[in-house]
Amino acid sequence: MMQRTQRKRRRATAGLAVVAALALAGCGGATVESASTSNSPTAVASGSGSATASASKAACGTVNLAVNPWVGYQADAAVFAQVARTRLGCTIVTKDLKEQVSWQGFGTGEVDLILENWGHEDLAKKFITEQKVAVDLGETGNKGIIGWYVPPWLAKEHPEVLDWTKLNANAQKFKTSESAGKGQLLDGDPSYVTNDAALVKNLKLDYTVVQGGSETSLIQSFRQAEAHKTWLLAYFYEPQWFFNELKLVRVNLPAHTPGCDTDPAKVACDYPPYNLNKVARAAFVTSGSPAAALAKAFRWTNEDQNDVSRSIAVDKLSPEDAAKKWIEAHSSTVDAWLAAG
Amino acid sequence: MTAAVIAARIRAAARPGRGVLAVAVLAVWALLAVVLAGHDTLALDPFDLAWLHRRLNEVNDEVGNARAGDSTVIHLLDAVRAAVDALVRTMQALIARPAGGRPVPVLGWLGVVALATYAAGALGNLRVAALTAAGLLFIGMQGLWTAAMDTLALTLSAVLLALLVGLPIGVAAGVSDRVLRVLTPILDVAQTMPTFVYLAPLTLVFLIGPASAAITTLIYAAPPVVRLTAHGIRSVPVTSVEASRSLGATRWQQLRGVQLPMSRHTIVLGVSQTIMAALSMATITALIDAPGLGKLVLASLEIQDVGAAFNQGLAIVVLAVVLDRVATAAAARTERPGRPSPRRARLRLAGLAGGAVLAVWLVQLSRTYLWAARFPTTTTVGGHDVSWTLGGAVADGAGGTVAWLSNHAAWATGALKDTVSAVLVDPLQALLAGSPWWVTLVALVTLAALAAGPRAAMVALVCLGLLLGTGLWADAMTTLASTVVATAAVMVVGVGLGVWLGRSGTADQLVRPLLDAGQTMPAFVYLVPFVALFQPGRFTAIVAAAVYAVPVTVKIIADGIRGVPSETVEAARSYGSDSWQIITKVQLPMARAAVTLALNQGLIYVLSMVVVGGLVGAGALGYDVVAGFSQGFLYGKGLAAGAAIVLLGVLLDRVTQIAAGRAAGRGALRPSSPSGLDARLRPALNSRPRPAGLQRRPVPTGSTRR
Repeated sequence: MMQRTQRKRRRATAGLAVVAALALAGCGGATVESASTSNSPTAVASGSGSATASASKAACGTVNLAVNPWVGYQADAAVFAQVARTRLGCTIVTKDLKEQVSWQGFGTGEVDLILENWGHEDLAKKFITEQKVAVDLGETGNKGIIGWYVPPWLAKEHPEVLDWTKLNANAQKFKTSESAGKGQLLDGDPSYVTNDAALVKNLKLDYTVVQGGSETSLIQSFRQAEAHKTWLLAYFYEPQWFFNELKLVRVNLPAHTPGCDTDPAKVACDYPPYNLNKVARAAFVTSGSPAAALAKAFRWTNEDQNDVSRSIAVDKLSPEDAAKKWIEAHSSTVDAWLAAG
Repeated sequence: MTAAVIAARIRAAARPGRGVLAVAVLAVWALLAVVLAGHDTLALDPFDLAWLHRRLNEVNDEVGNARAGDSTVIHLLDAVRAAVDALVRTMQALIARPAGGRPVPVLGWLGVVALATYAAGALGNLRVAALTAAGLLFIGMQGLWTAAMDTLALTLSAVLLALLVGLPIGVAAGVSDRVLRVLTPILDVAQTMPTFVYLAPLTLVFLIGPASAAITTLIYAAPPVVRLTAHGIRSVPVTSVEASRSLGATRWQQLRGVQLPMSRHTIVLGVSQTIMAALSMATITALIDAPGLGKLVLASLEIQDVGAAFNQGLAIVVLAVVLDRVATAAAARTERPGRPSPRRARLRLAGLAGGAVLAVWLVQLSRTYLWAARFPTTTTVGGHDVSWTLGGAVADGAGGTVAWLSNHAAWATGALKDTVSAVLVDPLQALLAGSPWWVTLVALVTLAALAAGPRAAMVALVCLGLLLGTGLWADAMTTLASTVVATAAVMVVGVGLGVWLGRSGTADQLVRPLLDAGQTMPAFVYLVPFVALFQPGRFTAIVAAAVYAVPVTVKIIADGIRGVPSETVEAARSYGSDSWQIITKVQLPMARAAVTLALNQGLIYVLSMVVVGGLVGAGALGYDVVAGFSQGFLYGKGLAAGAAIVLLGVLLDRVTQIAAGRAAGRGALRPSSPSGLDARLRPALNSRPRPAGLQRRPVPTGSTRR
């Protein structure tokens, strides 16, 4: 018994000694402390260091930027944030939110800026007109082109489908198990309200609108349609990174004339090019922050946004790297924004 | 035979059986559906609103305006938010975010792995400790350490809150019948109301940030622990409680001395289910800016990068599997009978002590050295930086597989989709949604009466009446049609797989991780390949729902099959029955309670995927909920759609419960729980033989007084 206890005690002390030895040996390597000290002087000064470039401007502070879940918006946000951080010394806090929650944030003061707004007239009415907590900051320069699209192979081999008058003749070719015997018009994410149901009815088309429910449905359907040469008619929009992969072709609906879409129930014309705009929190704009001025001046074309979107979606760069790449190539545009503010 | 008996028999033969009546009802219904197709279907266009929806929008606006005000309620809410915020931020600083002026969290990766492994070993056994270490290291090697720690921090905070809130409530419900009756509908709503419905208002009340994310997770994750705690306390044998009462114990002593210790196993399982439920909210909370793996999955989805999404979803699956196995081992430990020998006890103590020293040393390392704080993704070999993350390989593999399948399997999947849609879904939908609402209402109530009696008919009438009130009748009936088809498919697969896994232990070991993956992999991850293979539509939604619901039915049925006494199976075999006869005539009938429970749970799980179905083209209620989250003017409609989903769940759950109760009353085991929704958690219980209360410890002679 004594022997067993003694043996155990010896084993225990031996174990502890090994542990202690290892601890004392210290596996070496960079320590956390050294990393903290080397980081801290610059970390806090990330803003102040570059403030020399804009010493005449007011201090920027924190900007709460909402980032809505599509790649085009990410492109806008990445470029804006990069410019604001490096040239204006702002602290940009990005918040990944859907549109409705973003607008709500204007009211609670948690969101300062939305960089790309598609429609949402009801939210504009509520927060800009009624509650007056938000203001329209003008256009982003991007034109949203919405419409009905077909895959490239179909446009090439059967160009007649691009004419809406011929759609009824081909309705059965677009039929799927979801379209109740008629041709299928595939819609996507309900984040943008479409006129498609009214269009189908008023143009007397033998089609059913099938709610795909998400952008995933649209993109995957187009990919499959192109790969397997199936007939597909779906709602889609530009600017969108997917056009880098497949050049979808737009169907010609009756041309848009001013006032033809004021009554949503009677719409029988094509979607007009849509001027995307920016919205900001009223108090943020009146605060005189240089970031607000930059946001107001921020403007670029569909090609610009597509460039950055392609880097993010196709080249799989991080948004920050994609933004840096674009900014380096377009420094004059960026300077123009900063000068205008 | 007496004349009376003969007369009774003739009368019984003359009265049509319930089966015949049901068929007659269906036939009349089908006829009316064909004749009156399209009339009075109460269909509502996707962007149209009914009166209730407009009213709900107004209420929502009023709540929004009130938020800006200054009242005691607002102050209370702000205090709650601040407290929850502080908790989450503390957890984040502990394992995920740079804290205290240092560029790394308080515990580096080595510290987290060490502590987690030690905890797993202490709570469970060495095997789960090894599994924990392996799982966490795998996540690190996927290159997802920081994101996984963010998710874990949020999950653990929510679980802590859920336990803080849920355990006392569960105990109260276990002890008091009235509390349970009041609580059950609340828990039902919390578990079946789609999160999208209350996500935006929650961020309005608790502001955007960790608090909203934690509270969203809490609402969904608390019910399991509440239900299982109540169930555990109620399952303590009455004799044990009476025995303690006869020895003079007060209510409080009863609770502390008898009921809680004896329900410990069930409570631990409740904790496990709560953890799983909390993890499953990772992608949803990402929609309100919660950091972690969910956000990465959403970002991958935006660019349709299936491989990356799979890699990130896999990390969530690994976390869930590790936590589940640890909790199961902890539960098994509480069940171990008798005391361990003194030698084993000393060994365990030595192991715990040694392990603690090792863990503390590793934690200290992780606080000192950078390589032990930030998970290393590259090593310098001979002057070159070699990246050795697995994430890229996993992503490439998954992406390649999906691409291959999309290219080569599309013809088969397309044919399958068209056939199933045309043969199963369309006719049912024409029956339910295409016929006038009053025809469907009467038919459904009659069928409920035939299947389960007058009480079920009453329940059906009330639920369907409320469904009419939501203004979404047509959409609800469409969703009901898809739900029925999905549940039927789930049951077919569930019974098949369940019987196989129940009979074969090795198959069970091999297939179980796949089942766990099906339950915990974020649905957003497999949406992309499914849409690619099956095109947007109801069939895709049904397949997605099946992937989520099959695991639970398989587990329940496998447990039921395993619960059939082996002597019975032996006896059947000794009489010369072959495998097929044993399965159909012995095992399945004797596992009838399990099959009924599996049907009930399958229904509930299928319904919980309705919103995901809306994202892949199923339309109807799922789309309405998604649209309500995306468009301000559709919020009221989304809320009504959520209520409709809850109503469908209550309808189907209660009717099947009542039908099962009646069938059980005629011979098989009686399910002891009042509600079927809580039995979602029972599968783990069925696998363990419940020890009879008083025989756990040898009763000293002299105190056998009852």
